[in-house]
Amino acid sequence: MKKIKAGRQPNRSRAGDVGVAIVLIIFGAFFAFPLVYAINAAFKPLNELFIYPPKLFVQQPTTDNFSDLFLLLNKQGVVTFTRYMFNSIFVTTVGTIGHIFIASAAAYVLAKYRFPGSRLFFSAVTVALMFTGYVTQIPGYLIMAKLGLTNTYLSLIIPAFAMPMGLFLMKQFIESSIPDVLIEAAKIDGAKELKVYVSIVLPLVKPAILTLMIFSIQALWNNAGTTYIYRDELKMLPFALQTIGAGGVARTGAASAATLFMMILPLLCFILAQSNIVETMASSGIKE
Amino acid sequence: MSLANWKSQKKRQAHFLWKDIKEHKTCYLFLLPYAIVFTLFFIAPVIVSICYSFTYFNVLQPARFIGFQNYINLILADDIFLTSVKNTFLIAAITGPVGYIMAFIFAWLIHELPRSIRAIAVLVFYAPTISGNVYLIWSIIFSGDAYGYFNSYMVEWGFLDNPVLWLTDPRYMLIIVIVVQLWLSLGAGFLSFIAGLNTIPADQYEAGYVDGIKNRWQELWYITLPNMKSMLMFGAVMAISQSFNTADVSMQLCGFPSTDYAAHTVVCHLIDYGSYRFEMGYASAVATVLFAVMYLCNKFIQRALMRLGT
Repeated sequence: MKKIKAGRQPNRSRAGDVGVAIVLIIFGAFFAFPLVYAINAAFKPLNELFIYPPKLFVQQPTTDNFSDLFLLLNKQGVVTFTRYMFNSIFVTTVGTIGHIFIASAAAYVLAKYRFPGSRLFFSAVTVALMFTGYVTQIPGYLIMAKLGLTNTYLSLIIPAFAMPMGLFLMKQFIESSIPDVLIEAAKIDGAKELKVYVSIVLPLVKPAILTLMIFSIQALWNNAGTTYIYRDELKMLPFALQTIGAGGVARTGAASAATLFMMILPLLCFILAQSNIVETMASSGIKE
Repeated sequence: MSLANWKSQKKRQAHFLWKDIKEHKTCYLFLLPYAIVFTLFFIAPVIVSICYSFTYFNVLQPARFIGFQNYINLILADDIFLTSVKNTFLIAAITGPVGYIMAFIFAWLIHELPRSIRAIAVLVFYAPTISGNVYLIWSIIFSGDAYGYFNSYMVEWGFLDNPVLWLTDPRYMLIIVIVVQLWLSLGAGFLSFIAGLNTIPADQYEAGYVDGIKNRWQELWYITLPNMKSMLMFGAVMAISQSFNTADVSMQLCGFPSTDYAAHTVVCHLIDYGSYRFEMGYASAVATVLFAVMYLCNKFIQRALMRLGT
């Protein structure tokens, strides 16, 4: 048994390992392309952006694009760049935290209990994932207006709490990775439902929470907020950056810097989250 | 059964239901915050849209009930809709299954890697999704003039004599949309597979080894796949909704409307009527039909996944 614990699984062939590595490298190049392109484009001087034949890698890197970008952003109008930055960071943080707690609380009871209406509610969530967003915009706006939420941060934050994808993922995850006996054992020991949720369920679904966090940050960070918000000082960062890109060919450099700039935060969160996803041991130690 | 008898039975059932509800009080409390927000901002708009599909609604005037007229027009009088259905089915039939299987295979292969480089590998494969609208670079790659990367290299290496109008020639447009859509398909499903693979208990693999599982393929079939069932169901729903909802890629790369409607999808059609012609009722009918197709497709796939590993 000792051999098994020593890192390498014994039922793996060397040839297979090499094959896996080759497949991953070939396809990896294909999928990594946009990232490589975006990073290079952001540092290209204007003449290199339009060079013929086109070159992927930057020859003489420069930070001019970034200084152009920030110059343009600060000149843009009454609303400063830092305000847009604050708006986006605030909405993304609050929305993501709320989403994780509210969606996982709902997912927990849907995964582990059968109560009147639970199956119907869950199928409504999966079905909501499939309805095309474009036609729901008008009714969505009317509801938002009736509640008096237009022109507030809440118009972006509150709907983010109930993104159907998060609940669906969480429910599937809790269902498959947390054994019922574990919850029963905690209850026999006298734990209340809230205690079970906070100190047993949440720590054990860490990979799902981190994945949910990535989805939520991506959705909120890239939201320009222009559907429900028309006061300029409350709009989000993507709106400010879109106006730069709309400036035509002369702004190509600044626009490619803006693309990279928008990617920094999701990218950092992504790497942070992914390197924290490790094996959870929900069922180890339980013998049925 | 007499009426009185029947009534008392109903009453008893209602009583039990009420008891059941009361017993699960905490469950409802846990669900409540989500349920309120979800009903208000996700369910209500969908229901209103479905109601709109039975009306003539031009956004400016109040909606006028016209029964099934929108649906009748859709099927009998709209040739472009039929073109878009054909394109969407073609895109969904290829990008849905291929993208889904690809997402699983790459997640599984990455999971085979040593832990230290896993995070980087995931990042590389998820890059198209995380970089927002970076898929726009495909319009530079497939640009019709000699400045396009693809044309430029193909001409240089002698595969082509002249640059090809990849994005405006109806012969190639749909293929390119499919390629880019496949490239974008490692999204939510892929990440959920990565997370799911981490929860399969190591002792199951050890037990499998002791029981004589010889290679990684057997391990995949007998241990990994059955354990991943619920994540696979999630991935399937995401794959269906992504592949049937293809629109942005087509609109941004091939133009809107595209040449001869060769890359026109159902959602493109819906946007055309909803946002440009102000026929929201008609657009809602398109959305409802698409939704029904996706719903049936999902039912079918979930049933197939239930049988996995048995």
